[in-house]
Amino acid sequence: MNALETIGLEKRFGGIVPTNDVNLKVQEGARHALIGPNGAGKTTLINLLTGVLKPSKGRVKLGNSDITDLSPHRRVSLGMARTFQINQLFADLSPIEAITLVIGEREKLGANFWRAFGSDEKIVSETKAIARQFGLADVLHERTASLPYGKQRQLEIALAIAAKPRVLLLDEPAAGVPEAERHEILETVAALPKDVTVLLIEHDMDIVFGFADRISVLVDGKLFVEGEPKEIENDPRVRAVYLGERTDD
Amino acid sequence: MSSLDTAKDASNVMTRKRSWHWLEYAFWLAAAASVFLLPSQHALLTQIAIWSLFALSLDLLLGYAGIVSLGHAAYFGFGAYVAALFAINFTGEPVTGLLVAGVAAGLLGLVTSLLVLRGTDLTRLMVTLGIALVMYEIANQMSWLTGGADGLTGMPVNPVLGFFPIYFRQANSYAYVLVVLFVLFVVAKRIVHSPFGYSLRAIKGNPLRASSIGIPNNPRLIAVYTIAAAYAGIAGALLAQTTPVVSLTYIDFQRSADVLLMLIIGGTGYLYGGIIGSALFLVAQKFIGNITPQYWEFWIGFALVVIALFARDRGLFSIVERIAAWRKRGAKP
Amino acid sequence: MLTILFDGIAYGMLLFVISCGLAVTLGLMNFVNLAHGAFAMLGGYCAYVLVNLYGVPFFASLPVAFMFAAMIGLLAERTLYVHFYNRSHLEQVLFTIGLVFMTSAAVDYFLGSQQRFINLPSYLQGRFDFFGIGIGKYRLLIILVCALILIVLQLILGYTRFGSRLRAAVDDQRVARGLGINVNWVFALTFAVGCGLAGLGGALGAEILSLEPHFPLKFMIYFLIVVSVGGTSSITGPFLASILLGIGDVAGKYYAPRYGGFVIYTIMIVVLVLRPQGLFARGTSK
Repeated sequence: MNALETIGLEKRFGGIVPTNDVNLKVQEGARHALIGPNGAGKTTLINLLTGVLKPSKGRVKLGNSDITDLSPHRRVSLGMARTFQINQLFADLSPIEAITLVIGEREKLGANFWRAFGSDEKIVSETKAIARQFGLADVLHERTASLPYGKQRQLEIALAIAAKPRVLLLDEPAAGVPEAERHEILETVAALPKDVTVLLIEHDMDIVFGFADRISVLVDGKLFVEGEPKEIENDPRVRAVYLGERTDD
Repeated sequence: MSSLDTAKDASNVMTRKRSWHWLEYAFWLAAAASVFLLPSQHALLTQIAIWSLFALSLDLLLGYAGIVSLGHAAYFGFGAYVAALFAINFTGEPVTGLLVAGVAAGLLGLVTSLLVLRGTDLTRLMVTLGIALVMYEIANQMSWLTGGADGLTGMPVNPVLGFFPIYFRQANSYAYVLVVLFVLFVVAKRIVHSPFGYSLRAIKGNPLRASSIGIPNNPRLIAVYTIAAAYAGIAGALLAQTTPVVSLTYIDFQRSADVLLMLIIGGTGYLYGGIIGSALFLVAQKFIGNITPQYWEFWIGFALVVIALFARDRGLFSIVERIAAWRKRGAKP
Repeated sequence: MLTILFDGIAYGMLLFVISCGLAVTLGLMNFVNLAHGAFAMLGGYCAYVLVNLYGVPFFASLPVAFMFAAMIGLLAERTLYVHFYNRSHLEQVLFTIGLVFMTSAAVDYFLGSQQRFINLPSYLQGRFDFFGIGIGKYRLLIILVCALILIVLQLILGYTRFGSRLRAAVDDQRVARGLGINVNWVFALTFAVGCGLAGLGGALGAEILSLEPHFPLKFMIYFLIVVSVGGTSSITGPFLASILLGIGDVAGKYYAPRYGGFVIYTIMIVVLVLRPQGLFARGTSK
């Protein structure tokens, strides 16, 4: 059973085709990685999957439902969440407020304009549990903008998890995190619940091979190869693509 | 272990923001006292209270949802005309008039929000401005209904709820306006501290992330636009009920600009900005504007430039803060 | 009928000359300059003072009006505007509305609040008949001058080094900086020229546009319509929009004086909602 599937997905900007006939299948419960050199179209693809961009052609399916025409927030309510390569947080809210907000939206209480925000103890205790899980318990009430970068990175993932997704798209979770705090993020990623299907978009091969059980390689907007980590690691074509890439990195 | 260890404590930290600070009690008590203690200033205070409500409505839009409007007077004026026409044709009971005006302005807000929210913030600016201009033209042209440039007169104002006369009674009229302001302030305070209010903050802060944690941005913005329009309409209705004539100045650009300025002076995003700003504005206008109107316009412009240069969310207070911070830095090099 | 068309074109040409600077400000720096009309007004008053109070010939006053508005524009850009380039649109709006209020009040204080007319030389007054079309000499002059400006602008933008730098800066500021173009300087100069043109337009059109202290506010919406309907990606877009607006406005005032404004504002909203990039903008969006 595929948790996430694209059928002939294509996106054109004028003459450029950053996504070209992509047929991606992500198995339920998989730890699937999507790799590719810079400019391969990874970010465009994730924007197509999450509904930030509309595809020029093709379909996107989440489980059995066709979500091609749905808005980003509807996809979230159907069980798809994402993180961003560059932090997209709510600078003025505290972590506890932000996480509570996500859970409230998930529980369809977000439009309530009469109850006090944060008065639902069930939601707040879940918020606290998530905050603990992501190492945010000691900064719960700080303003997000003033958190250290590593904590912001954790919050980035915590917000996605708070939506209780079936499919989670992680866009370079360790990007920009200093070496010293890196293992924390990686542990967090490794500890993600097993029932959540994860599609990891990543640049860093160490992270990919330490995490994924299936890898797709995207080059010039097309799916280039797909396979087990072992196969990919030994595939001469992939090596060629990456050796070329490494030099100009 | 910290005191925030239980969910109850954490929840309290969040809900505490909604509870009242002692300064707020003091403020509203002082406002209530002014009904009895400052009879000579009731005319001015009534104006301040009405403008406060209007600015409060803009704060909901700008301070919480981040929508800049250059045409908020459209809803204020619409509410005023609706209230006046309703009073003339049906009943002169003021509270009924407020409700009708609020609903009507809210509906107008609902419909026009679909136009406003389509674009980026630059197009939003232009569309809000355009809507107010169209409303102005309509009011101007439909003179058989609105009195056009001469204004609309002869609106009956019956006792509030049948027992509290406000017509040509300055003190009662002020008390009535103040009570309406207070009630709507309390409602606004509840709204901005609700899950809905927080989702607006999220949309304002980062619309991309907001939609990717499942917040339906557009419906929420439409909702707050509608609420703000209804508030503005009620403010307009209040002015209509407390002044003898409803005229085109209710709906002109100057009014949209003034209310924006008042809110900015007082600061956005904490609900009191509109009240403080309109009080400062109107008191200053009374003193400076009495000397020569030209001077007044100049100083208003000057205030706008200075505020835009130095102030952020907290209006004049952020200038004070900045000066304080600057002096502190100067004190210990 | 054709006279209305003619008057409309003259009016539209004026709108174009005044607002083309605004199109660049908006397009180049993404800056909402609601005070643009103030520079047109300053040019108009400059010409008024020269011609009516000092007896300077009308034609001589035009270049002075241009220079006057351009210098003030340059000064304002270097001292004030420059602080607002990376600010939010709200702050830009507040700042420029503030400028409008200040200039209006200052003009009112020094020159009075009544509408001013520039004494036109006698050979510009009256109209002559051209194949049955009544042609006002003054309006003909406006059309000629504005057409000349349009041609010069096109030539500068299309064929000079400065023009190509400006176009590069409009297309992609970062890349332009990377190519070693001094974007700040390009912008300051462009801003000054834009203000100068506005001043020239204000002087030239003082008769048609009614010169009085609240001119900037009254015409603000017209200038904004020109740039929002015309788009900011070329000079032809605002030009076409100006002509359409000019003809529409004159015809509207003539045939349906009661609904003119209403129709124009409604069209603006519809265009903005359907084509936020402008009616004549190129198909691609950034």
